[in-house]
Amino acid sequence: MSAIIKAEHLSFAYQGDEDTPPVQALKDVSFEIEEGSFVAILGHNGCGKSTLAKLLCMIYTPDEGRLYINGRDMTADDVEEKDIYDARRRVGMVFQNPDNQLVATIVEEDVAFGCENLGIPSEKIRKRVDEALDTVGMRKYARHATHRLSGGQKQRIAIAGVIAMRRKCIIFDESTAMLDPGGRKEVMDTICRLNREEGITVIHITHYMNEATMADRVLVMNEGTVIMDGTPAEVFSRCGELWEAGLDVPQTTELLWKMREAGYDVRLDIFDPEECAKEIAKAIAEKR
Amino acid sequence: MKADIAFGQYCEGNSFLHRLDPRWKIIFALMYIVALFLAKNIFAFGLVALSIVLLWALSGIRAGILVKGLRPLLFIIAFTAIINIFWLKGETPLLPENWFFQIYLEGIINAVLIVLRVMVLVTGTSILLTYTTTPIALTDGIEQLLAPLAKIKIPVHEFSMMMTIALRFIPTLIEETDKIMSAQKARGSDFSTGSLTRRAKALIPILVPLFISAFRRAEDLATAMECRCYTGGAGRTRMNILHSTWRDAVMLLILCVFVAGIVLLNIFAPGYRFTM
Repeated sequence: MSAIIKAEHLSFAYQGDEDTPPVQALKDVSFEIEEGSFVAILGHNGCGKSTLAKLLCMIYTPDEGRLYINGRDMTADDVEEKDIYDARRRVGMVFQNPDNQLVATIVEEDVAFGCENLGIPSEKIRKRVDEALDTVGMRKYARHATHRLSGGQKQRIAIAGVIAMRRKCIIFDESTAMLDPGGRKEVMDTICRLNREEGITVIHITHYMNEATMADRVLVMNEGTVIMDGTPAEVFSRCGELWEAGLDVPQTTELLWKMREAGYDVRLDIFDPEECAKEIAKAIAEKR
Repeated sequence: MKADIAFGQYCEGNSFLHRLDPRWKIIFALMYIVALFLAKNIFAFGLVALSIVLLWALSGIRAGILVKGLRPLLFIIAFTAIINIFWLKGETPLLPENWFFQIYLEGIINAVLIVLRVMVLVTGTSILLTYTTTPIALTDGIEQLLAPLAKIKIPVHEFSMMMTIALRFIPTLIEETDKIMSAQKARGSDFSTGSLTRRAKALIPILVPLFISAFRRAEDLATAMECRCYTGGAGRTRMNILHSTWRDAVMLLILCVFVAGIVLLNIFAPGYRFTM
């Protein structure tokens, strides 16, 4: 397994106007993302998660540090427009607001947009669009108007647009934040399936702890740095630190943590409510 | 549903006209307009009237929709008719000599014909273009027809991209306007009473947030487009390539016959010569 994205000591500041000082959004961030992995990035508002996503998509260039995409150093001096374009063909992004990322009025036209930009011949685009729509389960909406779809469906169309370009890695920048619970589930199911069945690397930026538990690995950010990095079980068992960083933990973890504080011997790395209930029942039985 | 406004003109269907190539349709519409202005006498106008019936039959659109489409023009139609009836001086007076105004037969004929021309013009081009062509197909058609202009540095692709995005965002912004209006109403603003200036002023608290959000959306969209490798028109392909079919050839033939018919009737048919 090789690293599709490798960041070394990335720093980035938003340049302020004349009277406002620059805002340091990222400070010395380093990590590697393996191909085919599912990484969740957690953090409260303003911790630099979205800035990081935009750096990875080459929307911003880091002030300091090195960023490698697919082995290519994107911060080297000889990086040209062509290299950036090339990196964007590998790493795609799905944004937060479903309304602001769809370009065309008809579903299939929108899915085709990225492929059209790559200059792929017409028949091949057609094939890729149909496949991508099948993958997200939206084939029967191919000729529908985009503005009539629900939020979850719009996000799935946005995902289809990214898959149609055959990207190896997709960054979801709070793509579930503006959806209702139903839409969120639709999108999360699609994301998980893409990762498992298609082997696409997923970087999922989110506020929702239960979504983070589905990942292989969780990065927790606070004030522009990565403060925790590990499997969901490892990260969430450090409840105290998470609370200090202004984050929640999954409800099951919180309950188990409180049980432990009350003197029960329970594991903390359980996210399934059923199993959590069993663990608690067992701990109570043992205590008696 | 207010959000349907952008597509309200287009009638879903699969008729002969729906399946024409949008590039040709634009050319057909231009030919049709020219033909209408060529018609000079009553017989030629008879042919014009026949043509609109034919177009209607080929489009499969309900007549009610076409009539509804004419409603906003009622005032202009009435106005031109009245002007023509009362102002045109002809040779056959219809009222007694001693009346303080006079109406001529020519004036009435002229009025009828000009009203017919306006109605056919609007209905015919609407049937050909807006009712049977999706806005997207229309934009594509315009882009490809104007493609040669790109050689003399006219940004044809950019223009059509702007059109596409504008069409895409009309429903979104209408929805947004609704939301903002409800929010302002909830805070006690009143849009429906008072003088015209008062009502216009009441719109400011709607327009300001609408503009701010539109700019924010534009920025988001630009980022999203960049992430999807958009670099402008150069090197871009399209999924749906427009194809001309036998239908376009048939339609072209029909229109040529129509234009020729009008020209011939103008020259050879006897009768009153129309003055406008």
